[in-house]
Amino acid sequence: MKWDISDMDSWTYKQFPPGAVIPESGNSDDYVTGGWRSERPWRDDEKCTQCLLCWIVCPDTSINVAGEKVTTFDLDHCKGCGICAQVCPVDAIEMVPEGCDLPGVK
Amino acid sequence: MANLKELTHREDRLAGGHRLCAGCGASIAVRQVLLGAGEDPVVVGCATGCLEVSTTIYPYSSWKTPFIHNAFENSSATISGVEAAFKGLKRAGKIPADKTMKFVAFGGDGGTYDIGLQALSGAMERGHDMVYVCYDNGAYMNTGIQRSSATPKGAWATTAEVGAAQQGKIQRRKDLTQIMAAHGIPYVAQASISHWKDLTTKAEKAFAVEGPAFLNVFAPCPRGWRIPSSQSVEIAKLAVQTGFWPLYEVEDGEFRHTVKVHNRKPIEEFLRPQGRFRHLFSPGNEELLAEIQGDVDRAWDRLMARCSQV
Amino acid sequence: MPTHTTLAATGNSVVAEAMRQCKPNVMAAYPITPQTTIVEEFAGFVAKGKTDCEYVTVESEHSAMSACIGASAAGARVMTATSSQGLALMWEELHIASGMRLPIIMANANRALSAPINIHCDHSDIMGARDTGWVTLFAETAQEAYDNTIMATRIAEHPDVMLPVMSCLDGFITTHSIDRVSVMDDESVAGFVGEYEPRNALLDTGTPVTHGAFAGLGGPYFEFKKQQREAIENARAVVSAVGAEYSALSGRPFGAIETWGMDDAEVALVVIGSTAGNARAVARHLRADGMKVGVVKVRVWRPFPYAELAAALKGMKAVAVLDRAESFGAEGGPLYLEVRSALYDLEMRVPVVGYIYGLGGSDVKLELMERVFSDLADIAAGTAAPAGLVYLGAREEA
Repeated sequence: MKWDISDMDSWTYKQFPPGAVIPESGNSDDYVTGGWRSERPWRDDEKCTQCLLCWIVCPDTSINVAGEKVTTFDLDHCKGCGICAQVCPVDAIEMVPEGCDLPGVK
Repeated sequence: MANLKELTHREDRLAGGHRLCAGCGASIAVRQVLLGAGEDPVVVGCATGCLEVSTTIYPYSSWKTPFIHNAFENSSATISGVEAAFKGLKRAGKIPADKTMKFVAFGGDGGTYDIGLQALSGAMERGHDMVYVCYDNGAYMNTGIQRSSATPKGAWATTAEVGAAQQGKIQRRKDLTQIMAAHGIPYVAQASISHWKDLTTKAEKAFAVEGPAFLNVFAPCPRGWRIPSSQSVEIAKLAVQTGFWPLYEVEDGEFRHTVKVHNRKPIEEFLRPQGRFRHLFSPGNEELLAEIQGDVDRAWDRLMARCSQV
Repeated sequence: MPTHTTLAATGNSVVAEAMRQCKPNVMAAYPITPQTTIVEEFAGFVAKGKTDCEYVTVESEHSAMSACIGASAAGARVMTATSSQGLALMWEELHIASGMRLPIIMANANRALSAPINIHCDHSDIMGARDTGWVTLFAETAQEAYDNTIMATRIAEHPDVMLPVMSCLDGFITTHSIDRVSVMDDESVAGFVGEYEPRNALLDTGTPVTHGAFAGLGGPYFEFKKQQREAIENARAVVSAVGAEYSALSGRPFGAIETWGMDDAEVALVVIGSTAGNARAVARHLRADGMKVGVVKVRVWRPFPYAELAAALKGMKAVAVLDRAESFGAEGGPLYLEVRSALYDLEMRVPVVGYIYGLGGSDVKLELMERVFSDLADIAAGTAAPAGLVYLGAREEA
């Protein structure tokens, strides 16, 4: 269920679900923590062996996978911790300064 | 036991957008544990602490599964109540008799080794069909790096300071995994975020057994340990390789070393990269360092003596 | 109509019976004197297969309430019982239960708090928990304890309330004395309390929800407290409606306060719990002697019946308030403070005197009640009056 909180600032006290229950699961997906980054990960598709190690250790669930393969980084939520780059056994991930211009950031 | 490719087909039950620090070991632990939980619905409980606060800042929740936080010392008691409700409602015919569900309580070392130990011990003794997971980062990180009974000897903490009269925490850490093993519950294991296969396998076993299971997961805190955020997994690996955090399990009383360590590294390799141990390498602390190595060696030998040779 | 059976039973025994009849799904409790026989009797029901309730024998009262909170959030009807130190140990969780809006039912066997340790009746335990957001009912007798437990279930789970309810009975005096109690048949009680329809249940896995979120950092914590205030205010009407419905079933009257002799009384005594019987017994004698005395018993402690008390005590020449608990450093005991506040808006000032009595089970002799009424007569006559708080029956200086 989608819980519409777009106008929460104008809610009366009665509009908050009682007991501080959050009636929607996983809605922090809508909260952007990507702004915390000073560096962002960049993945070299050529080097990447799709071992998925980066995926299993990402603290922010920010390595997108599809069909058993890493596809992109979820930059809305990636905080740039650099663990993915650190664990990559073939150095396919590099941390690059946030804000730099890269063609096709993965 | 699933490989990584297979695991990608399971639902990630922790969403992004939580407010844990960059590189936090706790969220890695949670993801890996819950990936090991299998397909049944899981109700998650969590003790007050970093993990709870950062994942449920109103109006956002990072939990894609039913979640409850109650207080600091009682995530085990709270989840034991949820599990009891499941049984009671089944008996009353309000939940189908064939429905299966899993129950897991998380707590940090403060909420588990210290303030939550009594409630944990009670819940395990009562035999609830639940898993308790301690994410051990060795201090009260949420309130600002105060020492707990899981803080290693010699570590700096804001209530175990370093100065002329004291070199960080004076006491040895408590061995909680052994305490839980002494409860004689079906499954107890010690795991680390650096060894995903070992961890997810242990989580699978913990969720599969009927009755209580306990997992103690090593989960570094970059902020409290004074390490770069990228080093959480690496430092956890060093904890395993130096024997500071042996990976083992206790199944129905049988101890088994699950990740063998050949040529155990000196404890210095675990301590040196961490700012919280920096003072140990100042002149005059050689004896303390040797003492810490001695403690690790003794604990290691004792554990290996208990582990059955496979 | 229900079948009524009259038993000779203790308060604890009929509380356990009422709990069984209300069909809880989970009971999580820890033994403590003088509540223990409730959990023992309930354990007997479990062993005999007389309930399908999951009984969780926790390792402390803190875990009792913690497990109740987990079970209630899961969607179960949940009950527990405690007393004294146990209630004090639960204190943190009492706030959490009400803040999470969980309709948990708890019996509290009123007992003194340490130190020094004491196992006998007074109201220190509940008065220490008076601001925890629980709807709180008091019983004078085993019969009322039975009735309150059943009504509590309906009140707690009412959609306009959704708050935990505590049902108090006096330790030993009511919990352990054998009394005449009329109980209803199982079916009638089950029909009266109905089925619990939980909202936001954790076990409803189709719609996963988060309970116990962090509402600080500018979050709406204050608004949630306002909702709680509104809910406990709503409980006034709900208590009254449920009470009326229950009265029709049981044949026993119920009100937030119970008055005796107040139609023409000139002075009155206000009291909570088992002492009301002593007060009435003495008042009856005094009435025979021509004294116009009345007794007001408070049955609902939270939400406090201000309007009812003001209406009952309006025009009194003097009122005595008996507190079986201290509020050290305050002007009087908790009930005294409430009653004085309730009377503040009356146009004519009613003189109110406060008495602390019966702490730690100190005997509540009839002479003490006589003394209180005699003080009231003096005040009414404009002669001597007690100066300040009276420790009724405690040894004096000389």
